[in-house]
Parts: sequence; structure tokens; C-alpha cells
Amino acid sequence: MTRPLFRIAVASGKGGTGKTTVATGLAAELASRGEKVTYLDCDVEAPNGHIFMRPGIEESRPVEVAVPLFDNEKCTACGECCEACRYNALACLKDRVLAFHELCHGCGACSMVCPVGAVSEGARKVGTIDSGTAGACGFLQGNLSVGEAMPTPVVRALLRRIPDEGIAVLDAPPGASCPVVETLRSSDLAVLVAEPTPFGLNDLRIAVETVRKLGVPLGVVVNRSGTGDGRLVDYCEREGLEILAVIPDDRKIAEAYARGVMPAHTHPEFARVIGRLAAAVTREKEPA
Amino acid sequence: MKVAITSTGPELASRVDPRFGRAAWFILFDTDTDDSRPVDNSEGVEAGSGAGVSAAETVVREGAEYLLTGHCGPNAFRTLETAGVKVIVGVDGTVGEAIEKLRSGELQAAGGPDVGPHSGV
Repeated sequence: MTRPLFRIAVASGKGGTGKTTVATGLAAELASRGEKVTYLDCDVEAPNGHIFMRPGIEESRPVEVAVPLFDNEKCTACGECCEACRYNALACLKDRVLAFHELCHGCGACSMVCPVGAVSEGARKVGTIDSGTAGACGFLQGNLSVGEAMPTPVVRALLRRIPDEGIAVLDAPPGASCPVVETLRSSDLAVLVAEPTPFGLNDLRIAVETVRKLGVPLGVVVNRSGTGDGRLVDYCEREGLEILAVIPDDRKIAEAYARGVMPAHTHPEFARVIGRLAAAVTREKEPA
Repeated sequence: MKVAITSTGPELASRVDPRFGRAAWFILFDTDTDDSRPVDNSEGVEAGSGAGVSAAETVVREGAEYLLTGHCGPNAFRTLETAGVKVIVGVDGTVGEAIEKLRSGELQAAGGPDVGPHSGV
């Protein structure tokens, strides 16, 4: 039973709201319903979904970005490339150009504008993509190398590895910056996990604005319900946002998480909530 | 000899800006003629990335042989060192005081960067 790919991004704005708890729980639940599921950890700066998915990693491939290499015989230090570089990754000195590869975004402008053809393209490793299986789920995760500042190329490489069928559950990074946008932009549904606290509401607003700008349908999962106040739910009602699931504030869920165990395995109430979420996203996937 | 000093303002009486790449101004001072000239670094202050590299290019372009500043990171240091500019870090007080300290031989050139990248953000 092969179906067109459906991509669900689990994002949040605020960090630590339960993205990974929801994304790993949802992936496992959908797989147990017979769906062909791939879980992708797009939080390449701190991937931790593997702790819960416990995958067998079968392969690890490098992610490389393009960097400029200068032929000092040809280079006249005219400065055109330094002028063209938006990232100040090139310094034009009297007799040569210095390249700072860790500042380079790999856009290729320097080689395009060089009048003497002194710039060629090299490659620099910035991370890896691990792939394998976790039970019935496919598993993919990106890892940004320590010391690297730009996660987006790793996210992009990771998303290129999504199989072209079944359901992909994308565990997004926190925040609303480039790697989050990269994760969300090609998704069919965004599930935003939020806590009903003032911080949670503030960051949910930012996430909702981002998702709306990208034109991706979205729903909200309220986590740690019972803490904070009612303003987050009021906001969702006012904005016409569907609340797909409500996870109660329960120490047992946190204890399972802290042991690296999926809460659904030890906590029947959490399992029921994730079951309802899985049913809700499946409905989104196949509108009647 | 031309000296560049990072400065919080355009005057010799302004305080030394402890940051290099994102310093508000550079004061270009000629120790032979006592001429000074402020160079605006708003480009560096607002740079998304590579502020140190951009500022180092400016200092090199202005023909300075010495840079006096508070701190200097690795990318800026490499650029300045390659261009033969001597870097002196840990400088404070006013720009005028910094120049006097250089003249009296109180200041020593740094052997390497004294902070990591992005320290001035």
C-alpha cells in the first residue's frame, strides 16, 4: 500500500516544550497503525530523538558545503570577490585574498565575479547524516559538526534523504530561524507544541506567524496542560487554530523522558493522547 | 608611522572601544605628523557575519602598521597578521592615552588572538 508522501513537521518556537516527546511518540504510533513512517531529527545542533527511538544506524554519510579555493598564481587581488561576498568570508589584502571557510555560505558569488578565473570550488565537511531503522520506523538524523555555526546546509541535506512515500515526521529545531524555516517550508502539516505559559504563548505566536507566512496548514498540541494559565487556549480559539491534542502536566511523563523511555510505553494516558493526535493528523492527510 | 585605534567616538578624547570588529570608530593616527582622522565602522557594527574580517580589511586599506584595541579574535588576527599589521590588545582608557602608551613603549604586540570568534557580538 504505497501512498504519496505526507510530511508532518513538529515544531515549537520555544525550546523544551515537548517537540521530541511528541514527534517520537507520533512516529511510533503511526508506524504501529501500519503506516510507512520515517522519523527525521532535524534539530541537527542537538539531535536527541535517537535516545527514544533507539535506532540501529546502518550508514553515516558526510554533509559537505562548497567553499572557494584560490589560485594565487592567477589571483590579482583586485577585490571583486571580497566586494561580492555578503558574509565577509573573504579579506582582500594587497597581494592576495584570504578565505575564511567557516564564514562561507557556499553561494559561489566569488567564483562568478572573478575576472581571471582564480576561484574554484572545494568542499568542506560540516556534518553527517545517519540513517537506519528504529523498530518499524525509518530513522534519519542530521549532526552538525562541533564548532560549525550554520545548521541549515545539514538540514537541507537531511530533507533530501526523505523517502518518496509514506509519512515523514520531522522533529524541528527550536526557534523560528533558518533551520526551522527549512524544516517547515516543504511540510504538509505543522504541529506546534506549546506550553500554556506566558513564555509558551509568546513563542507560539512567533511560530504561528512563521508557519502562516510559509503557507503550511497547522495545528497545536498543548503540553503540560494544567500549568500556567488559559491565555494560550484563548489565543488558539481567537486565531482559529485547531488544538490537535492536549497532554496533561504529569510528573510520570517527565520521569519516562528523563530515563530515555517513550512516555507512551509507560503512561496509558499519554498513549491515548498520542493516539488521538495520530488520528487527527491522518485525517489531515486524507481529507474526506 | 600610522596607528589605528578602536574608539567609541570620533575624537582623541573618546574611549578605546574594547571590541575590534564591531567597534564604533577607528581613529587613524600618524605618529610622525600627529594628524588624526576618524573612520566610521558602521558597516562592521551592522555586519551579519565576518565583522572582524571586514574591520581588518579597513585597517589594512588605511595603511596602519599598528592596531590598538581591547580584544581581537582569530579571523581578524589572521587577516592583520598576514598583512603585517602588529596587533596590541588589552588597551583601555582614551584614544589619546593609548597613543601616549604606545609612544612610551609600554605596549607589546600580541602573539595571537586573545578571544574566540563572535566575542564582540
